[in-house]
Amino acid sequence: MHMIRRRDCVASVLACGTGSLAWAQFRLEVNGVGLTQMPIAVLPLRGEETAPLKLSAVIDADLARSGRFSAVNGAGQSMDETSRPDIAFWRLKGADALVAGSLTRLSDGRFDLRYRLWDGVSGKDLGGQSYAVEAADLRLAAHRVADAVYEALTRERGVFSTRLAYVTKSGTRYTLWVADADGENARAALASPEPIISPAWSPNGGQLAYVSFESRKPVIYAHDVATGRRRLIANFRGSNSAPAWSPDGRTLAATLSREGGSQIFAIDTSSGEARRLTQSSGIDTEPAYSADGASLYFVSDRGGAPQIYRMPASGGTPERVTFSGSYNISPALSADGRWLAFVSRVSGAFKLHLMELASGSVTALTDTSADESPSFAPNSRLLVYATQIQGREALMSTTLDGQVKARLSGQGGEIREPDWGPFLK
Amino acid sequence: MELRQHFLLGLACVALAACSSAVKLDTVPVEDKVGTTVQAPPTPPDKAPAAEATAREVKVVTPDANLQALAGPNGPRTVYFDYESFVIKPEFQPLLQAHANYLLAKKDRKLVIEGHTDERGGREYNLALGQKRADAVRRALQVLQVADGQMESVSYGKEKPAVVGGDEAAFAKNRRAELVYR
Repeated sequence: MHMIRRRDCVASVLACGTGSLAWAQFRLEVNGVGLTQMPIAVLPLRGEETAPLKLSAVIDADLARSGRFSAVNGAGQSMDETSRPDIAFWRLKGADALVAGSLTRLSDGRFDLRYRLWDGVSGKDLGGQSYAVEAADLRLAAHRVADAVYEALTRERGVFSTRLAYVTKSGTRYTLWVADADGENARAALASPEPIISPAWSPNGGQLAYVSFESRKPVIYAHDVATGRRRLIANFRGSNSAPAWSPDGRTLAATLSREGGSQIFAIDTSSGEARRLTQSSGIDTEPAYSADGASLYFVSDRGGAPQIYRMPASGGTPERVTFSGSYNISPALSADGRWLAFVSRVSGAFKLHLMELASGSVTALTDTSADESPSFAPNSRLLVYATQIQGREALMSTTLDGQVKARLSGQGGEIREPDWGPFLK
Repeated sequence: MELRQHFLLGLACVALAACSSAVKLDTVPVEDKVGTTVQAPPTPPDKAPAAEATAREVKVVTPDANLQALAGPNGPRTVYFDYESFVIKPEFQPLLQAHANYLLAKKDRKLVIEGHTDERGGREYNLALGQKRADAVRRALQVLQVADGQMESVSYGKEKPAVVGGDEAAFAKNRRAELVYR
């Protein structure tokens, strides 16, 4: 067990003030002071110019987006996983950690990706791996390297090789995409001339539930991502929306208007049977299960304005969770059970907020004014959300303190409705 | 006949949509595939009985109140709402009465009431708000004796604005319920 010294980065962050740093593939915004980030150098992989994408840049961007690392420029240094690092140089550079590696074409056409991680202060070898991958899987391999580095240095699970779902609108065409956690490498799962909203990953990451308007009303489907096979989950009279999987994957909570009003029902995913969970004369919607499956959070206007409530997952007496403001919607719960993310209207602007459930304390995380659809990374360390930047829809990731944000790349057109998938085995 | 054309058009749209997709939209009920802009063919108004008039008589013609009242699919079909409100304003009562008269006269016609909102706020909450508007229209028609089985209220939330724009003039046109005959 080795300890990596964390160098306090206040000085360097102060130096850039509040602004954005241009990275190889995306823009990273670092706001505020007091960030504790580990300086890390990710060197170009020897031979990576033979690959269709710059793998070291993918690794670098992943680590930067996590908010836990700051990049150290290692330009001029040429290393691979077999090298012995020049510790005097890296101490001078202030790199607490160092990643180098290589990429070699194998005789069968695949690539051999290797990397090694060192402590930049002691020079100690912190381990490495090799991956034999098809060209199409090189990005995924780079994300796996970033995960391994993140895990070795933070003792927490990385989320860079997980997946995002999101929706784009281009003209009158709506597409549901499955992409890497950085928004890249998107593959279309569904294309439709009618809106698609509210994608929700199943707990095992195999299926997406979503609301499609293709039959000219909102209807819920469950869609097997690998095969493209899908089935109707809720097509009752009226509107069917806001699907949310229970952690065991057996139940979908959803909002149905079949009995009048918008009310929350629990739908058995195998039998399709729907059982009503809420009883109000107004709006009850946006159900979200707590990670332990015991509670269901939801939005209700029963008090005269939309607020977030919590009730037992099988139904029962709701208790109010949000108290400040007159419009609190879109609850999302972290997997570690500590956090509730939601959108609150403040002076006419819709802003992402975070509540620590134990204390009830709430912080605003953004400077934007049209935030929507927050979703936690499965390690509970990052949030993805939709917003508008200069009048255009955008997807952002943020750390839970709001200090490090990245605009995710994605397909052209308007981009919205992100949902962060679970860890994949 | 015409319906079949629309159906084929709808199918073509769907087939086109499916081309670059991993998934075909083939599990959708067939009757729901007609395009959104399709309207029911105009219903010829019931002809007033030919007057058995003598050559010297002059009959004053006024627009037939009953014909107006039966306008149904051809008359105004949109009810507008205030911000975050689902209260039907009195000025829309004649519109609803006209549709109620039509539906009472044409028991085989089905009406879908589509609720919509402006772009402010969350997609799902707006969907519920739009549903509230559609439900308000449905209840108002029920009060006017329209059978519940002739109506379905659904919501598009903020997904299908009537006009694009970020000002109150656009918002006001988007907060609406549309009465659509299928």
